[in-house]
Amino acid sequence: MRFLLTDEQADFARTVRSLLGAAEVPAAVRAWAAGDQNPGRAVWARLADTGLFALAVPEAYDGAGPLPLELALGFVELGRAGVPGPVVESAAASVLISELGDEALAKLFLPGLAAGETSATLALPGGSPYVLDADSVNQCFTVSATGELRLTHGIVGERLASLDPARRLSRPLAAGALLATGPAVTAAAGTAGRWARLLTAAQCLGVGEALLARTVEYAKQRTQFGTPIGSFQAVKHRLADTLLALEFARPLLWAAALSLSPADVAAAKLAAGEAAYAAAMTALQLHGAVGYTEELDLSLWLRKARPLRDAWGTPSACRAEVLQPRVR
Amino acid sequence: MSLTQTAEVEAFRAEARAWLAAHVPAAPLPSLETEQGFAAHREWEARLHADRWAVVSWPEEFGGRGVDIVKWLVFEEEYWAAGAPGRVSQNGINLLAPTLFDHATDEQRARVLPSMASGEVIWAQAWSEPESGSDLASLKSRAVRTEGGWLLSGQKTWSSRAAFADRAFGIFRTDPDAPKPHQGLTYLMFDLRAPGVTVRPIGRLDGKPAFAELFLDQVFVPDEDVIGEPGQGWRIAMSTTGNERGLTLRSPGRFLAAADRLRTLWETAGDPADTALRDRVADAVVGARAYELFTWANASRFAAGETIGAESSLNKVFWSEYDIALHETALDLLGPDAELAAGEWAEPWVFSLAGPIYAGTNEIQRDIIAERLLGLPKGRR
Repeated sequence: MRFLLTDEQADFARTVRSLLGAAEVPAAVRAWAAGDQNPGRAVWARLADTGLFALAVPEAYDGAGPLPLELALGFVELGRAGVPGPVVESAAASVLISELGDEALAKLFLPGLAAGETSATLALPGGSPYVLDADSVNQCFTVSATGELRLTHGIVGERLASLDPARRLSRPLAAGALLATGPAVTAAAGTAGRWARLLTAAQCLGVGEALLARTVEYAKQRTQFGTPIGSFQAVKHRLADTLLALEFARPLLWAAALSLSPADVAAAKLAAGEAAYAAAMTALQLHGAVGYTEELDLSLWLRKARPLRDAWGTPSACRAEVLQPRVR
Repeated sequence: MSLTQTAEVEAFRAEARAWLAAHVPAAPLPSLETEQGFAAHREWEARLHADRWAVVSWPEEFGGRGVDIVKWLVFEEEYWAAGAPGRVSQNGINLLAPTLFDHATDEQRARVLPSMASGEVIWAQAWSEPESGSDLASLKSRAVRTEGGWLLSGQKTWSSRAAFADRAFGIFRTDPDAPKPHQGLTYLMFDLRAPGVTVRPIGRLDGKPAFAELFLDQVFVPDEDVIGEPGQGWRIAMSTTGNERGLTLRSPGRFLAAADRLRTLWETAGDPADTALRDRVADAVVGARAYELFTWANASRFAAGETIGAESSLNKVFWSEYDIALHETALDLLGPDAELAAGEWAEPWVFSLAGPIYAGTNEIQRDIIAERLLGLPKGRR
């Protein structure tokens, strides 16, 4: 029993972190929101060089995985940096195709996803009624309630504006080529949905940490009444609570990545999602009016925290999963 | 990274589980905050000690099994899952004993630890004073040098277990002229039945004498009961408060067992339409798991040779507020029955209410988190 990251795992997270720190991600987010995906694609290409996308793909199809813990650590960094695009959905699509056990489909899609050359999004039964970034990806997979897997490449439903403009939403279409059908599809969709929930939890943790770090820096510099606001007990206590929630969400995330059990994954998503959203509320309050503006980069994370809290498992859905009847 | 235990740890778990299944009293003991309950719990401590389950993490020479923190956590999980009684010796075992291991002489360890492990001597903590709570460095009770020892005078308060305990430990001002309030303090042990000691039990919110005031009038303490060097009391005490807030005071096993009982209560008595209450039950289940995993991560750090510093403040705020939320949820589930003082959840609820107050208030803990972990500037409290 050693419930700590190995040196290799910590190194990988550091590598992704420093790469993203140098990648001017905020500009890419703003461009993505405005409909120009090129800067975001450049960030994805650099991420592909770290091997991140290969972690969700089995070795037989040019992947390095599946390695859910390493992938989750990477996704914490994606959240911290605010990377735009369907990162969670691409990884979950890799899992979906891997789990199907259809060698032809695996050969067709997985090498490209593992290399980060293709991106994907997906809509799963029981998931969101909207699909993320369908207009910018190479592949859009949909699974129906009756277990039909379809590829709606190039066919996009009506676009809908999101509260986070960097999340481009549309309604999925029940159209496209039928790739597979039956109970295997339903089972694979269940597993893919669990991975999507895990990786969204990881992203939430990173978003929360970014919001906390920025707010701590601001509270040290911003003075009122002749002293840094960070010396006020009311300010300190909100930031202490933010750290507390994030630090207790982190081991839940690790354990969920180790077990991938539905209850563990739901617990991690619940805790990380709520911690990130609370971090956003604290960040907004402590920044004051400047935090309420679009021009401050903080807004990129502020707008992300709420959608991520609800994506791939609302808090209510996660709580219900945690209390699923026990097998004794 | 792994959460899988070795076969050796699992064998230890099985041994503990089997012993507990055979020995845990079928009916709950009376509250340890009553004279009768105190005696019953003392007997339970002796029973544990007879088969060396009282202090599993201590060296064998003092009645322990010398197990590492992993096995200690496993034992705690099994202990609380088995519904075993609360530990009347916990002040001694969790607060004084670590101090003795780190700072006492061999003679002191040999004299004090075995009778603590067996429950023959039950220890009360005597730290706070009427004017010194979170600001412990401001305490005024004095110890004055005399032939062969010290004479204690002053007043201590909120002394847990002191109503029925045998001995107490705390820090006293031995040099009133020291340049800083943290200096000139000395850590010592004294007899609650010594001449000059008056113990006035204080009723807790539920009326039970869970703590007491101590009035000290020229109480003699021999030199052999001074821990460490005179004047070093603050440094020594701080190593103990770290224990109090950190790993040992509230084991995850306790909360895992309580959350499991809450969940069972929800499954048997909950209203499925009351999703607000269901959500709080789920939060309690997740909170226990989070606390368990956070503790395992810290235990892994310990095992890797790292020390836990201000992180223990995160731990303290979390468990104390979690404990209240858990018990409030249980009371809400019970509805009108929650009013009954004899209920399974009533006394633990009262006990939980003290969590954010003792061991350093949560306001002070949040200051520590903000200043030492986040690097925010110091300010007026």
